[in-house]
Amino acid sequence: MSTKGKVVGIISNLVTVAVDGPVMQNEICFINMSDVKLMAEIIRIGDNNAYVQVFESTRGLKIGTEVEFTGHMLEATLGPGILSKNFDGLQHDLDKMEGVFLKKGDYTPALEDDKLWGFTPLAKPGDKVISGSWLGEVIENWIPHKIMVPFSFEGAFTVKEISAKGEYKINDTICVVTNNENKEFNVSMVQKWPVKIPIKSFKEKPRPFRFMETGIRVIDSLNPIVEGGTGFIPGPFGTGKTVLQHALSKQAEADMIIVAACGERANEVVEIFAEFPEIVDPRTGRKLMERTTIIANTSNMPVAARAASVYTAMTIAEYYRSMGLKILLLADSTSRWAQALREMSNRMEELPGPDAFPMDLPAIISNFYARAGYVILNNSETGSVTFIGTVSPAGGNLKEPVTESTKKAARCFYALSQNRADSKRYPAIEAVDSYSKYIEYPEFIEYMKDNISPNWVNNILLAKNILTRGREAYEQINILGDDGVPIDYHQVLWKSEVIDFVILQQDAFDKVDASTSIKRQDYMMNKVLEICNTQFKFDSFEEVNPYYKKLINVFKQMNYSEFHSDKFKQFEKELQTVIEEKVVV
Amino acid sequence: METTAFQKIHTKIDQITKATCTLRATGVGNEEMATVNNRLAQVVKINGDLVTLQIFSGTEGIPTNAEVIFKGHAPQLRVGEELSGRFFNAYGDPIDGGSEIDGQLIEIGGPSVNPVRRKQPSELIATGIAGIDLNNTLVTGQKIPFFADPDQPYNEVMAMVALRAKADKIILGGMGITNDDYLFFKNTFENAGALDRIISFVNTTEDPPVERLLVPDMALTAAEYFAGKNQNVLVLLTDMTLYADALSIVSNRMDQIPSKDSMPGSLYSDLAKLYEKAVQFPDGGSITIIAVTTLSGGDITHAIPDNTGYITEGQLFLRKDTDIGKVIIDPFRSLSRLKQLVIGKKTREDHPQVMNTAIRLYADAANAKTKIENGFDLTDYDKRTMSFAKEYSEKLLAIDINIEIELMIDTGWDLFNKYFSVTEIGIKSELVEKYGKQKNN
Ligand SMILES: Nc1ncnc2c1ncn2[C@@H]1O[C@H](COP(=O)(O)OP(=O)(O)OP(=O)(O)O)[C@@H](O)[C@H]1O
Ligand SMILES: [Mg+2]
Repeated sequence: MSTKGKVVGIISNLVTVAVDGPVMQNEICFINMSDVKLMAEIIRIGDNNAYVQVFESTRGLKIGTEVEFTGHMLEATLGPGILSKNFDGLQHDLDKMEGVFLKKGDYTPALEDDKLWGFTPLAKPGDKVISGSWLGEVIENWIPHKIMVPFSFEGAFTVKEISAKGEYKINDTICVVTNNENKEFNVSMVQKWPVKIPIKSFKEKPRPFRFMETGIRVIDSLNPIVEGGTGFIPGPFGTGKTVLQHALSKQAEADMIIVAACGERANEVVEIFAEFPEIVDPRTGRKLMERTTIIANTSNMPVAARAASVYTAMTIAEYYRSMGLKILLLADSTSRWAQALREMSNRMEELPGPDAFPMDLPAIISNFYARAGYVILNNSETGSVTFIGTVSPAGGNLKEPVTESTKKAARCFYALSQNRADSKRYPAIEAVDSYSKYIEYPEFIEYMKDNISPNWVNNILLAKNILTRGREAYEQINILGDDGVPIDYHQVLWKSEVIDFVILQQDAFDKVDASTSIKRQDYMMNKVLEICNTQFKFDSFEEVNPYYKKLINVFKQMNYSEFHSDKFKQFEKELQTVIEEKVVV
Repeated sequence: METTAFQKIHTKIDQITKATCTLRATGVGNEEMATVNNRLAQVVKINGDLVTLQIFSGTEGIPTNAEVIFKGHAPQLRVGEELSGRFFNAYGDPIDGGSEIDGQLIEIGGPSVNPVRRKQPSELIATGIAGIDLNNTLVTGQKIPFFADPDQPYNEVMAMVALRAKADKIILGGMGITNDDYLFFKNTFENAGALDRIISFVNTTEDPPVERLLVPDMALTAAEYFAGKNQNVLVLLTDMTLYADALSIVSNRMDQIPSKDSMPGSLYSDLAKLYEKAVQFPDGGSITIIAVTTLSGGDITHAIPDNTGYITEGQLFLRKDTDIGKVIIDPFRSLSRLKQLVIGKKTREDHPQVMNTAIRLYADAANAKTKIENGFDLTDYDKRTMSFAKEYSEKLLAIDINIEIELMIDTGWDLFNKYFSVTEIGIKSELVEKYGKQKNN
């Protein structure tokens, strides 16, 4: 039967276990302390010993304590009931735990065994199916949650029986399939999958190309991301990574949002707990929480579980992607995950790589990002997992292992700048240095032309160019002095400032400004570029600054007003008047 | 359960290093406390029957035949109402000559609060200091450090904030503070008549540095006790840089691979475990942590302030403003992450915009200064921003300000009106109409 062992060594949460039988790498085991069982994962095997990282504090643990191995790796439980839940990093339901404080070994189930779900069959007897095929669906909140042939089923199967429309519990058999040797297998509405292994039950993974709207101008209008794309947000502390991710989780156009709070502050998750059940998603008219699942492994929760939390989140994302949904996965912060790996690697006395991180960190990061993507399922439906992680570079220096490894893996780079944050130019994304590789994809350019706006990508290039020139002019003015440069330089600088203040800067805490529709972004971008292409006449450089400030002020009032409202139109008129003051005709 | 009636005494130590000793023993729990010739020690590693103990006060003079007694439990603190007004060392023993506490014994460094049970912090803490209340508003349940060079008056400012904060209890965790500082806190609280609300756990420069590692957990355990009784508790931790230094001493002596700035790779998690004890409980109690992280030459990229900044909900940066010759709360590097939970909600609606605008104009003044340094002429606007900055610094940023929040906001408007036109301040026009014009014009 299952292998057993005894504790023979303890250093912090790294425990050495002498085993009496076969064990496997990454196998889960339980350490039976007198009053609780502690969950742990094998991270190294040698000399009849398994080295396990315990997902809990090992305070009070003694030599000789018995250990039971489970025969499986860390698994996610996949089935209806995941949506709107708050899990810890190992997918235990936080709401089911009793008391204010977390108790060691309080492992609550992820789903509800006795809840009834209204099931509608989609397959019929005789249908040929493979892993991931849709057998039926239940409505979870508002998502048609597909019940699939388990991902672990290898080969081809035939549906033998399928339950009729009706109410079932997750563990009820809703379908019987047979393989080509006529062996029968029962399928219920719940399945397990090891979190570290990507779910690959799809036909194809083409390059992603469909624009994903976020309502954040510096992303959509300058560095757009796509469904199934990857991006990362590095930035020193306090520059706005979390605010940006929260904005994304509220506004991004996705069917489901998974937020992995990985080793960050508990109060930030509390903010989501408090707000999301209240905020209405304008697209669906439903509460935001109805499309959200939170994996909270905050910084004070066990470190080993922190590393697991991002995998748990990714596995859930892949599961819902297989239902033909658009998933946005956000992880804050992936650096904490890397640090958790570093802590274990140090304890095991492995040869350290740069900054004492494990040698294989770049591979771990790129394998993880590779799990995101846009897929064509076996039934030709499509689904996507878009992944955006934050990175917290030590000392704010982007030349450190986690940032550098992530830069190689992610296709969008949203660099937050200390300078911009200091001068409250939020969101503090440095638009010129940041990039989206997707704007180079011909299929993306095509998609934007056909579906969004004919000039979108072109406008991005124009705006970036103006910003770059503005920065150069700024440097020149700093070197040569205000009156040491032609007046034109001031204009170049201030035209870039118009883009900065009107398009880039966006008040995440203002009701109107927080989210900008694509129509409005297009409208404003064209308006701003028009100004940038207009020639104004000034007699001295001293007139430039006040004039553009006036322009910007009117623009900002527009940003604070509902699109095309009377107030908006009134400010637009005012803008026209201001333009006419100085325009060269 | 094994019996504690008889405690086995070990008298043979196999190995002694600067901070640890190793002996053969069985039935010992991880993190268990012990005494080695009456010095307190804690189990840090067990390998078969070899148990390694970290001796808090160091191993100087420990012989191989020292008496080792295991206590059967992790570090503990006796808690009870009687803690109020008392002073303790890092082990929770009284140092004020008073009697032993006879309360309930609880293990320090206990479990974390389930995030779904936390409440969102929402109670503003008014300090009268505009650099805090206006620009970096504090909220109960928040954790925030002062970032300051060693020559800044951070302990004074912290004591002032603590006294004005209207907390039910103030718990001081002193780590490596000088005896003078310890006496300063004692006198200040005494003079304010607040001694009965204060509890102190102190490790001074005269005590062994490794002992400091116990101080924050002692203070926070006491805080949890009172917060559990629905009190609002303010915990002051000074100086967390010295705490982190003690961490690095220990990890170095245990041969761990150091990461940046010779700090242990686990620094982030170690600090987060403490700071995350700040919480707003569902039943009304709260723990707010105000800490001090001393910097070296203002360098916030050093691993200690850097990791702290990633954990805490902002930081208050003390700096001497040479223009006015006073210490100010630097509006650029300071931040309160929780301020948006209260500003414009618990305070007047124009608070956020007035705050941001003032800081932006102050930044413009900094640019103008750079121009002067580079030998360039100033524009009229530049000159106005510089005059504004000086007055702003004097009337709002200096730490000796003590006024109500509304007056801070009004002072902001006064300064805008004095130096700038409406278009230059760029505030939402409704707010200008409603609050910006009444005073002047
Ligand atoms: N878009 C924004 N609009 C207004 N204020 C912002 C914006 N972004 C960030 N801020 C301000 O900056 C503060 C810090 O932002 P945030 O918590 O997102 O930083 P962070 O990069 O996640 O920091 P850390 O790495 O320490 O977690 C916020 O509390 C808020 O005051
Ligand atoms: Mg953050």
